[in-house]
Amino acid sequence: MTAVAPETLDGARVGVITFPGTLDDRDAARAVRLAGGTPVALWHADADLHGVDAVVIPGGFSYGDYLRAGAISRFAPAMGSVADAAQGGMPVLGICNGFQILTEAHLLPGSMVKNDHLQFICREQPLVVENASTAWTNQFEAGQRITIPLKNQDGQYVADERTLDELEGEGRVVFRYDGWNPNGSRRDIAGITNERGNVVGLMPHPEHAVEPGFGPAGKAGVRTGTDGLTFFTSVLAALVKA
Amino acid sequence: MTAADPTVQAASPAPRPRLDTVENAASTPDETQPYAELGLKPDEYERIREILGRRPTAAELAMYSVMWSEHCSYKSSKVHLRKFGERVTEEMKQHLLVGIGENAGVVDIGDGWAVTFKVESHNHPSFVEPYQGAATGVGGIVRDIISMGARPVAVMDQLRFGAVDNPDTARVVHGVVSGVGGYGNSLGLPNVGGELVFDASYQGNPLVNALCVGVLRHEDIHLANASGVGNKVILFGARTGGDGIGGASILASETFEDGVPAKRPSVQVGDPFMEKVLIECCLELFSADVVEGIQDLGAAGISCATSELASNGEGGMHVDLDSVLLRDPSLNAGEILMSESQERMMAVVRPEKLEEFLAITAKWDVETSVIGEVNDSGRLTIDHHGQRIVDVDPRTVAHEGPVYHRPYARPAWQDELNASTTASLARPESADELRATALRLLASPNLASKSWVTDQYDRFVQGNTALAQPDDGGVVRVDESTNLGVALATDANGRYAKLDPRAGAALALAEAYRNVAVTGATPMAVTDCLNFGSPENPDSMWQLVEAIEGLADACQELGVPVTGGNVSLYNETGEPGRIDSAIHPTPVVGVLGVLDDVRTATASGWQSAGLRVLLLGATADELDGSAWADVEHQHLGGLPPRVDLAAEKALASVLVAARGDGLAAAAHDLSEGGLAQALLEASLRFGVGVRVSLDGVTQRDGVSPFVALFSETTARALVAVDPAREAELVAAAEVAGVPVVALGETGGDAVVVESAAGGFDIALDEAREAFEGTLPRIFG
Repeated sequence: MTAVAPETLDGARVGVITFPGTLDDRDAARAVRLAGGTPVALWHADADLHGVDAVVIPGGFSYGDYLRAGAISRFAPAMGSVADAAQGGMPVLGICNGFQILTEAHLLPGSMVKNDHLQFICREQPLVVENASTAWTNQFEAGQRITIPLKNQDGQYVADERTLDELEGEGRVVFRYDGWNPNGSRRDIAGITNERGNVVGLMPHPEHAVEPGFGPAGKAGVRTGTDGLTFFTSVLAALVKA
Repeated sequence: MTAADPTVQAASPAPRPRLDTVENAASTPDETQPYAELGLKPDEYERIREILGRRPTAAELAMYSVMWSEHCSYKSSKVHLRKFGERVTEEMKQHLLVGIGENAGVVDIGDGWAVTFKVESHNHPSFVEPYQGAATGVGGIVRDIISMGARPVAVMDQLRFGAVDNPDTARVVHGVVSGVGGYGNSLGLPNVGGELVFDASYQGNPLVNALCVGVLRHEDIHLANASGVGNKVILFGARTGGDGIGGASILASETFEDGVPAKRPSVQVGDPFMEKVLIECCLELFSADVVEGIQDLGAAGISCATSELASNGEGGMHVDLDSVLLRDPSLNAGEILMSESQERMMAVVRPEKLEEFLAITAKWDVETSVIGEVNDSGRLTIDHHGQRIVDVDPRTVAHEGPVYHRPYARPAWQDELNASTTASLARPESADELRATALRLLASPNLASKSWVTDQYDRFVQGNTALAQPDDGGVVRVDESTNLGVALATDANGRYAKLDPRAGAALALAEAYRNVAVTGATPMAVTDCLNFGSPENPDSMWQLVEAIEGLADACQELGVPVTGGNVSLYNETGEPGRIDSAIHPTPVVGVLGVLDDVRTATASGWQSAGLRVLLLGATADELDGSAWADVEHQHLGGLPPRVDLAAEKALASVLVAARGDGLAAAAHDLSEGGLAQALLEASLRFGVGVRVSLDGVTQRDGVSPFVALFSETTARALVAVDPAREAELVAAAEVAGVPVVALGETGGDAVVVESAAGGFDIALDEAREAFEGTLPRIFG
């Protein structure tokens, strides 16, 4: 299980933050490793980002989603440093709860509310890549259809019409649900980016589709889907260019 | 549970209750004590007085009452459960690192890796309060696994509810499913399978069983015991509150002690966030080597943890109850000792490691309090407000509770039930009738797709799930460098067990064993959750005894030891002596298997056209107790399918070898609904149809097309194989003595069945609608 990375990517360090209640940190670290990067464990209470080149805020139920998903985590010392680094252009990926934390931290617009059907949902989710020029999607092609797992309770993306129009107008909708909208998100939005394209948040979980044998179904059959790996090779490529 | 006394509730803030000290108890031997309200029988109370040489204090009475409850002491089942241990041979023990009696058994899976797994019930709380009952059921089994020193890696749940059309069923279903999901999803544990059954016998007595599997290195196994004089006893995690008091015994009475203001809830309330933090915190404590042992707090709370730790260790412990961090300062000593507040753990720590221990719990923001110390007094002593309120031999509390030889007898109605076979029921004959029958079975609640439930659970987290529902077994990777992993399946057919509990238990094992083998894993070990009626009803007790006999024998024959489990009795609310007094006896059996490379685990459906489909195993006319009899005739009678463990073993050997040799492109076991259901499920799995002829089966086995399609004869499986390798599989089956017949070939977008009755086909679109529409239509 070794993805051989181009030598130029060697040493790219991608931080993965763990909050109390974070669930997918080890998965995100594995995804970084399989893409050829070096995962660095970051702790919510530590403001020091330990010199990482990019940050993943993984999924889970940080602080139990109590009060509101992401509402407590955004105040973590590590998040203050992430916000500063993001302003400076560091690539930041928020997955599921990480996306919720990024909106709570106002690094991305809008918010997430409970799924319209009010149930937790876990499925292999088809997506359309709308923007293939962000730090986390540059190895995709615009319009590409991919499948990665989705699993959430509060995944309905909402924002006011003006914000949604802005996102659309500026090409900042990165992913849309393909086919059935699994949570009632406005305009089928599954993921968005900031103006600069370095901060991306999405509800589905790319880190669960990185390794043959353990992800969703792909073209070659059951659990062969590895579309998620491209998120991580994209950021390594972006770091090389930068 | 008696109604709250209004005069007690109306009282203004209660004065602090007078402490019932050991001294006081000795000097007031005649004081009346509410032992009956706490679920103790008069002779049990007398026995406590005899042990102590005086009456128990209120706190001691509370401890004994919960620890001597059926749930904690296994007093009715103990004498029979011994058979599991007695029938474990040396050969069966060779992979067993820890056997029955600890928090969970531990199995050696090779390369220095070990796996611990266990299934437990949380039935009664889940009827009273479905969401919290189910949620805390998951929480409890997960803490059992953590306390062995393992990282939990997957869960499964076995759910049984009343009839789908009963108005109360939806309440329980929605609560339980969202409770299992709400708690399990928040812990980051993939839910990789389970069971879902609806039957009127579970009305009022739903079954919520939860299984957890954990992974550890051999050297990391920890047993919970309090050894080392001077070691600190530490309570950490959530604070102790007034929830779940007496949940393990009979729901507590508010007249338990004067001055207690109001009835407390007997169902616990879960906080999955705290549990997730506890998992990580405990794993860090273990890996930093700062704990001697960790005991989870479950049923009977501090009473259980202190008495079990002390009696498993060097026998002495002193605890200061004032050090217990409380959510509610008005709790009295008995309540603190009995509280079943969730997400609590107890650790034994050497004094020199205390500082390091506290640094780790502080890192995780886990509240911690040193509440006592290990000593060599041979006594468990507890002080409250500076006075001695408990002074007992911990073994008498934890291990030397009452043991009953309950009377049992074959129920008066059993013969009549067995005589009422399906022979007189009308059977479909024409191709049209067979087609319609297959579709009705496919759409019936017990055979329909369970994805309405499983889609509410996270199966991807941790990134190690190779197979999950709807495949026959859940498969998870253990070692990322080698892809070594385990397969798990659980099964029980309460209808079979009702017809013959001894056979029913063996059949449950046979099916779980087969489901594990179908994935290609080698079955290794067993856990069980025995859900039965009241042990005080000789009919239900007979079912329990028969089932244990059947399971113990079957485990021995298949060479897979029981490593641990749980017994849930009193699932009975009908009038004793009647055929419908209790739930169907439901011996849930879980089997753990090992795979050297989980990436090669066999899925339960064919993914491509042009594969040959073979049926392994012979088919007999066995329709009694079947899904067909239930769905088409609402009939339960006769005798269940014949148990043939030699055939199961042979079949498993073929399936395991077929996976290893890359022969099996797909494999699916035949069980409820027979061949028709299996063909439809295997085709729907990836949307690839199949064309089969039943002639080979009907001619060889001398059965009708109807029997070929719907019989539930055991030891059968479908295997799909590349045509170029068909002969290899046939040869392997023949060598193993497993009957094998080619049914047809995969492809197309329908299940096409040809037989002497004529041909029929079911388009996959139509089948999918029948299969997937049912549960959302009822519960969506």
